[in-house]
Formats: sequence, C-alpha cells, structure tokens
Amino acid sequence: MSSSEVALLGIRHHGPGSARAVAAALTRWQPDAVLIEGPPEADGIVHLAAGKDLVPPVALLAHAVDDPAKAAFWPYAEFSPEWVAIRHAVEHDLPVQFIDLPAGYGFAPAPEESAEESDDETGAGPVADPVALLAEAAGHDDPERWWEDVVEHRTPGEDPLAPFTAVAEAMAALRAEGLGESRRDLLREAHMRQRIRAARRAGHRRIAVVCGAFHVPALAEMPTVAHDRALLAELPKKVRTDITWVPWTHRRLSQSTGYGAGVQSPGWYHHLFTTEGDPVPRWLTRAAELLRAEDHPVSSAHVIEAVRLAETLAVLRGRPLAGLTETLDAVRAVLCEGSDVALELVRDRLVVGDALGEVPDAAPAVPLQRDLTRLQRSLRLKPEAAPREIDLDLRKDTDAARSRLLHRLRLLGVEWGVPARSSVASTGTFRESWRLCWQPEFAVRIAEAAQWGTTVEEAAVNKAVSAARAAVELAELTGLVETCLLAGLSGALPAVMRVLADCAALDTDVAHLAGALPALVRALRYGDVRGTDHGALAEAAAGLAERICVGLPPACVGLDAEGAAAMRGRIDEVHGAIALLDSGGTGTGTGTGTGTGTAAGADGLAGRWAAALHSLARREPAGGPATGAPGLLRGRAVRLLLDDGRLDSEEAGRRLRLVLSIANAPADAAGWVEGFLAGGGALLLHDPRLLALLDEWLSGVSGEVFIDVLPLLRRTFAGLEAGVRTTIGGRVAAGPLGAATVAPEASGELDRARADAAVPVVALLLGVRPKIPRQAVGRNT
Amino acid sequence: MTDVLRQHAEDAFAGELAALAAQDDRPRPERWKLSPWAVATYLLGGELPDGTRITPKYIGPRRVVEVAVTTLATDRALLLLGVPGTAKTWVSEHLAAAISGDSTMLVQGTAGTPEEAVRYGWNYARLLTQGPSRDALVPSPLMRAMADGKIARVEELTRIPADVQDSLITILSEKTLPIPELGSETQAVRGFNVIATANDRDRGVNELSSALRRRFNTVVLPLPGSLDEEVDIVTRRVNQLGRSLDLPELPGGAEEIRRVVTVFRELRAGITTDGRTKVKTPSGTLSTAEAISVVTNGLALATHFGDGVLRAGDVTSGILGAVVRDPVADQAVWREYVEGVVRERDGWKDFYRAAREVGA
Repeated sequence: MSSSEVALLGIRHHGPGSARAVAAALTRWQPDAVLIEGPPEADGIVHLAAGKDLVPPVALLAHAVDDPAKAAFWPYAEFSPEWVAIRHAVEHDLPVQFIDLPAGYGFAPAPEESAEESDDETGAGPVADPVALLAEAAGHDDPERWWEDVVEHRTPGEDPLAPFTAVAEAMAALRAEGLGESRRDLLREAHMRQRIRAARRAGHRRIAVVCGAFHVPALAEMPTVAHDRALLAELPKKVRTDITWVPWTHRRLSQSTGYGAGVQSPGWYHHLFTTEGDPVPRWLTRAAELLRAEDHPVSSAHVIEAVRLAETLAVLRGRPLAGLTETLDAVRAVLCEGSDVALELVRDRLVVGDALGEVPDAAPAVPLQRDLTRLQRSLRLKPEAAPREIDLDLRKDTDAARSRLLHRLRLLGVEWGVPARSSVASTGTFRESWRLCWQPEFAVRIAEAAQWGTTVEEAAVNKAVSAARAAVELAELTGLVETCLLAGLSGALPAVMRVLADCAALDTDVAHLAGALPALVRALRYGDVRGTDHGALAEAAAGLAERICVGLPPACVGLDAEGAAAMRGRIDEVHGAIALLDSGGTGTGTGTGTGTGTAAGADGLAGRWAAALHSLARREPAGGPATGAPGLLRGRAVRLLLDDGRLDSEEAGRRLRLVLSIANAPADAAGWVEGFLAGGGALLLHDPRLLALLDEWLSGVSGEVFIDVLPLLRRTFAGLEAGVRTTIGGRVAAGPLGAATVAPEASGELDRARADAAVPVVALLLGVRPKIPRQAVGRNT
Repeated sequence: MTDVLRQHAEDAFAGELAALAAQDDRPRPERWKLSPWAVATYLLGGELPDGTRITPKYIGPRRVVEVAVTTLATDRALLLLGVPGTAKTWVSEHLAAAISGDSTMLVQGTAGTPEEAVRYGWNYARLLTQGPSRDALVPSPLMRAMADGKIARVEELTRIPADVQDSLITILSEKTLPIPELGSETQAVRGFNVIATANDRDRGVNELSSALRRRFNTVVLPLPGSLDEEVDIVTRRVNQLGRSLDLPELPGGAEEIRRVVTVFRELRAGITTDGRTKVKTPSGTLSTAEAISVVTNGLALATHFGDGVLRAGDVTSGILGAVVRDPVADQAVWREYVEGVVRERDGWKDFYRAAREVGA
C-alpha cells in the first residue's frame, strides 16, 4: 500500500497557467490514474471527452431526478486545468475519477447549506479568498494579477511538480492560520481522501490528484479512515441525481453570479492557452481585425506600436509578461485612440467572447433534449450564443416547422427564440421574425420540462393542457389557444377548448368575453396559413361572439369615463374580430362542411352584432348618467354601424342632431362626438351636413359649458388625421356651413379621355380585371 | 524664495528630482534624467528607500501616468486629451521636467500659431547681410528639443491651423526637420519626444488629420472620480499656489474647499451628491482647475480684506464667476441651485446667505 505515490496538483480553477502546468506535470510524471475534483456521478460519462464532438466550453450538469430545477454545474473551458487532466487521461487510456462530494448530497435539504451552491470558487473557501490573502501578504492589491504573475505566467521548468509544491506550501501556511475553511470544505476533503484511499486499494501506483489549490494541504496529510468516516456520517441522505454534459459559453463563464464561474476574461485565457508563443502580438492583431470590421481605421503600424507599448508597460510595472491589463491599456491608447466605446467592443468580443461548446449525441440526455437536438438538426437551426434574427416564411414547410418548434419551446419556458419586429416591412400573416439566442441554462429548463413528455411536441401538449386547467381568466385561455395554434399543438386543442368552453359558459363578464374573442379569431385566421384544423375553434368563437352580442348593451350601462374608454377599445376589437369571423366564413371558406356551416352562422352573427350595436346606441341616459350607456359608446356604436352601411348617413346625421340638441348634457354630447369621430374624421368632409351640425352646436353652447367640453373636443379633434383637420379648419373658416348643406356637384361633362386613364388602376384596386378568375377575388382582398 | 511668480516644475521640485535621480538604479533610456519607473513615482508620489517623500503631482488613476510614461519611453508621441482643467498641461510639464529636466521647450498652440513656431524662422537682418546660413536661422522650441534630445511640449494642439499641425508629421515619423533653404536638415537625437495636449470639449477646433493622429498614443485624462479625490487635488494645489503667493495658511479652509468642490461637482454632474435632486448644468466646464482658482482667490480675499479665516463669502463670488458664463441662462441655473439645493442643506446657512448676497 505504501508503495503508491500520490501527486497533488493544486490548481486555480480556470487558470490557463495552471492548465499548462498540469499538462506538463501529467506528461512528465506519467501517473497511472487521474483523480479530479468534481462530482463522482460523472465518472460514467467522462469517457465522452475522448470524442472530437465534445468541444469546450462545456459543463457537467447534475440535477435531482425528481426536481430538475435543483441543478448544479461544473463548467470547463479549454483552458481549465480539470479539462486538461481529463483530456490527458482519456487520451492515454488512464482511469479518471471525480472525487468531490457527490452532487446528490448538495441537493438534499441541508440545514446550514444552500442546495444551489455549485463548486466554482477560485480555490477559495466561502469565508475569505485565500489567493487574495496571499496576494496581500505579497504586497499586491489585485489577487488575480498576483496569481497570474506568480503562477500562471510561469512556464513549467525542469521539475514539473515544483510549482505545485510552492503553491501547496503557501496554502498550508494559510490554512495553518485557520483561514477560509468551511464545514462543507472539511466534508468535501474527507470524501476526497476516501476516494484517494480507494484508488490506492484498487492497485494504482502513481496517482495524480487535480484539485483546487486550497484543498491540497488537507489531502497531503491523511488522518485515520475512522476520522473521515465519522465526518461523512453526518451527511444527509443522497438525492437521486442525473448528470450529463451540456454546452456552455464563455459569456456564462464570465458572470460571477448564478451559473457563472466568475472568470473575468475567458476569451483572453483561451487565447493565452491556445497560442504557442507571442500571445500579445497575436491578440492585438485580432483586436485590430475586430476594430477594422467595425469601421475603426486601424493599421498594422498601430498594432506594432500597441505591442511595444504593452511590453514596455509590463516592464514599467515590473511584471514578467504583458498581461491583460497592459494589453488593454495599449489597445485603449493606440488602437482606440483613447475611446472607451471602442475598448468596450474589444472587451466584449475578445476578452469575454462568444464561444459556445458542443456536446456529442452519445452524452446522456433527457429524451426531450434528444428530440430537440434531432429537430434542430433536421430544421437546420443551430443553437448559437451570439444573437441573430431570422425571418420565416410560413408558406414553406421548413419555416413553418421552425416556427412551430420555437413556439413550442416558448410554451415550455425555453425562450430560445423571441418574436421580433420583422426587418422586412410586412404585415402579412405568413411572415414571422424571431430573435434567436441560445443560453446555456436552457439545458436546465429542458431538464425541467422533461417532466411533461419525451418529445418537444408531447411536452408542449401536456404543458398546454395543464396550463389550461390551471388558468382562471378567460383571456389567458384564449391566449393559450392562440399559442396552441401557432405551435401546431392540435393534440392539446380539444382539451384546451373544452376548458375554454366551460370557462366561457361560466364567465358572465362581457369585458372578459370581449377580451378573449379577438385572440380566438386571430387564431382562426392564422389557422389557415398553418394548415391546422380549426372547426372546433370556429364554433367556440361563434359561441363567444353570440354571448357578447347578448351581453354587450346591458354591460355598457352606467360606466364611468375610464370604464367607457376601456370598453370602447374592446368594442372596436370585437367589431374587427366579428368582421374577420364573418369574412373568414364567406371569403376564404375552403369548402369544408364546417366551413360553410359556420359561414351561415357568422352571417347571422354579423346581423346580431349589428342589432347589439343598435340597441347600445339607443340606450340614452334617461335621468342621470348612470341610467344609460355613456355618450362615448353610443357614438361609437353609431359610427361602427354607419361604417358597415347598416345605417345611412341621413340617420347618422339625425342621431347627431338629437344628441347635440339642447336637452342633452353637453359632456355626454362631447363624448358621443368623440366616439363617433374616433379613428377617422373624413366623413365630416364627405358629409358637410354633419360638420354643419357640429358647428352649429358648438357655436350655440354657453361659455362655461364650452370650457367644460373643451378638453373632450380637443382630444377628439387631435385624434383626427392632420389632412382632415386642416381641411375641416379651412371649411369652418370659409364661412357659415349651414348654407352649404348640399355638397358641391361635379360640374360639367366628364372628360372621357382622362377618366379612362384612371379606369385600369381602379379596376386593379377592385380586383375586377377580367383575366383574374372570379374565385380568386376573395383571397386577394 | 525667488522673485519669479511661478517656478518651472524642474525648479520647484528640484529637491525631489535630485533625490529620485540619486536613488534610481533602474535602466534609463538615453538622455533621460530618470528611469521610467522613477518618472512615474515622481508624478504619482511615494516614499523613497532613504525616506524622502515624493509629493504626488497627479492625483488620479495610476494607469494614466504609467501609459503616458511608457509611451514616451517607446519614442511614440503622447497626446493628452481631456476636458479643460483636467491637468493636461500640468501633467505634460511635469513629465518634461522629470524626463528631460527641462519643461521650457514649449509651443503654445493658438489659432494664429505660424509654421515658424513649429519649424524655424529667420533672423532677417542676418539673412540680408550674410545670406542664408545656420546662423541666420531661428530655431523653434521643437527644433531645439530635437537637437538636444529633450521633450518638447505642444499645448492646445487642436487650436493650431491644420496646415501648421501637419508639419509635425515629418518630425514625428522621420524624427527629422528638413531645411530646404540650406539643403540640410536637423535630425532628432535620442531622448527627443513630443507631448501634445488637446481639449476634446470645444467645438470648432481643428481636428487632427488621421495621419497625424496615428503618430500619437492617446491618453484621456478623466475628471476626478470622487469628491474626496477632488478635494485632495484642490487642497494640495491651493497650498502650493498660496505658498508662492505668500498667502498664509488659513484655518477653516478645508471645510470651505469641500463646499466649493461639492458645488462644482453637483453642477457639473447635474445631480446632487446624495443622488436625490436633479439640478441644471451651466454652460461652463467647472473644472477642478477653476475650483482651485476660486479657492485661491478666496484665500487672497480673506487674507487681505477679511479676518484671515476663509469664509463662505470669500468663495461665493468666485463660484458665481465660474458658474455664470452666460449672463441669462447660467444666472437662472445658479439661482435655482442656490434656492433649491443650498438653502435646504444643513450647515450651509452662511454659504446660502453669502450666495444670496452676491447673486442678487
């Protein structure tokens, strides 16, 4: 037993110098087993590192099987010493073992430790940063820089283990003073010792242990087995855990909160580790390329001067090599000409960087993840860390499938794609724009979503159904229906629709119903593009619309100004929705049985809606505002009817005159006018009688009343189009309007030649060119 | 004490420079009086092994000074950029003093700076009697610096007309100044370099051509980062100035300096130091240099006309002068500040009263 040797390689996590030192030490010393600080659950998947398709940055993701939200990460970049050790071992066919405390203990509810704590400290205990203490003892204020100078920038010399011995001594001195140890550290170290003992028992003769420098002194001296057992006995029960490799990003490594590793400059470290010789000139050349690509004029002469400046600065500051600080100072002074903006760009792209790792298919993954990977491949949507925008044409199969995938993932809480405003100016329903940006923590969300099913579709369906059952508001449900359609979840629709129907039947609040209808109708309309079956949906929408028709007029009675304004918005939306429902039935009726069936119903529906509006328009307050519908809504109803041609302008004029007559409260009248004129005042120009009426009324009201209604009127007229406003102003200024009740007739004969010239355009606008087949007309409109 | 109103840096701090030179055992670039490390120490302050204290000349980020010194050591020209009053000239003078022991090779840039000021002129009497010769040539400070291997300073580079600016290009890139009239040239010897200062706040200045710009390493001098830092700067400079003007050290000065700096910082940033109230920003730059002059002015007032204690009344008129550059707009800004911020502040009663007195 005593014949076995153990080499303790104390490292700084994610330190490129440590990584080089580890690589050199392993090559020279030739261990027959490698033990690494990390979760032992990963022993089974470490062999995947041998493949070419496991590309760092990657992370070991461990999560509790029963509660995937409890997760921990061990990120490794190419420059991480642990990764170097893993690679060395798998390339030389050496056994690799992770010897830290199993992740399963971390997820167990422990009284004093938080379950989320992941192992990412920089060789540090939670009490204090030992490296900082050492740096302070050496008279340096910046621990990162001190460690870089003393350890990272040293190229391994003759004795490959020498740097590790020095670090171990320093750490031993620190720990002798009792600094920085926590209870959890002691437990972890006890477990590590147990694993080292096990490796010895297994007959390994030369064992290399790669662990945070802080732990080295504790592993160097071996207390009795009983001591460690006693320590470990207090551990809580281990939680069942799954572990896998997931892709990681440099950006995530650089964040010091959440799942980040607090590595300030992963891009720089990666450069240092992967560049053989002359790291500074090469890095500055890359910075120059980047700046040139962003239109900063940077010449080779700049780069030469920057290199000289960086190297001389390092000499001035007494550092062995130009580090990141010197290099960035040189970039700022020479390449960026003192501009911090350009420097920020370099910092973001090069010092941090956009690298995203890759993970082989063979890595264990929840089936959901596998399905997602398969879909990503077949749809040619590669996860990338750098955000990019895509435009999808939903008439193409691939694009439609992509859109469905992104919608489904959103439903599952994986916001890989976020709908964006289209860069192509288009309001067509067949176009969608997305902004894609893959975040490493999506791996956790997917693990969480795995409870819903094994494929993306299945999971999304189940999640939608369960969300529908949990929903309380009608609008939530119709929104869900819309999402289901967008995501092509026909499997979820019947269940969601059933809940929707129940909910709609129970909900008596017209406001709720009215809020829910537009989403449903939009869903119906999109349904066509996406080729989903929407028969059931059309029925539900029709049912909802009918109930709105019945409930609307009473619901509008006695609303205050604020309520009336909200209701007006809803009425407008419902009006648009019902018009769509109507045209959806008759215009694009694709010949299915249900299609024509609903068409007839919808036509009746439009009639019923008109009746509801009529009834609303008649509900004038008899005594006090609470006894009738507010003027705003009545005016709106009249206007909507007028626009639909269900009321002629004669009648509209009569109503206007009634409302403006002296018996009515001026505030109510002004509201009526606002509702009537909202969204287009051109009709005042087309029908001079209306304008004349208004003018007459306005000139008639008394001074005090005028001041009262002025804000309302101002709001009304401010909402009109600028051109209309000007023309109205011109007409009013031109003289008394009452006289000009008859619109000026077009005088004289038509100029036939000129009129003919306009005919083709008009014909085109109306879609009545003889060549176009008749049935296409409806689709074009 | 000399009769000179203001001594050159190399004379005022001759003692410190000598001490640094005596104990500086690091390699020095040719014709440098000190090593780059010692130059940085001279500017940033510190304590030498024998206990000599070096006073800090520049209070601000260490990085700025290190990059500046290193730039000069790599024989690249140095461009100090910053808003007025960020100690650009001050830094350039001390750099020249520490490196060459001579800060007088100075070209002051103005809109009327002629080419002769950058290259050379002629002694016309000699030119007429003896014809063109070296003797008839009047070298510019730059030309002398080239010949002697010293640091030349160009102040307010962006004020110089563009065509005159560009005559610097040859000097900086080829380190030579051709004299076509004589068919000869002056070549710079080692140790020569140029420190230029420019102001990036003013509009209507002559932007540097990119050919000239790329011959400089640019260092932007920031405004003081914190209140304490700025108070420190003002106090130090006021003491230095006061000594050279024979003003006695006044009691109660520290409190008043803090107030002046607070007012300047708040008006400059447009927000009060507690971050609660927004204030309007006047058109002036309100630099640290102006704060220094306000306090010095106040000291003189207190010494000669007051009771020897620096009081609010001694500084408020100075502040008013610094703040109100535009008689209409800035006056309103100042009044709003006095009524809205100063009045409410605890312990600022006397300041408020004094401000009311001068402002009304």
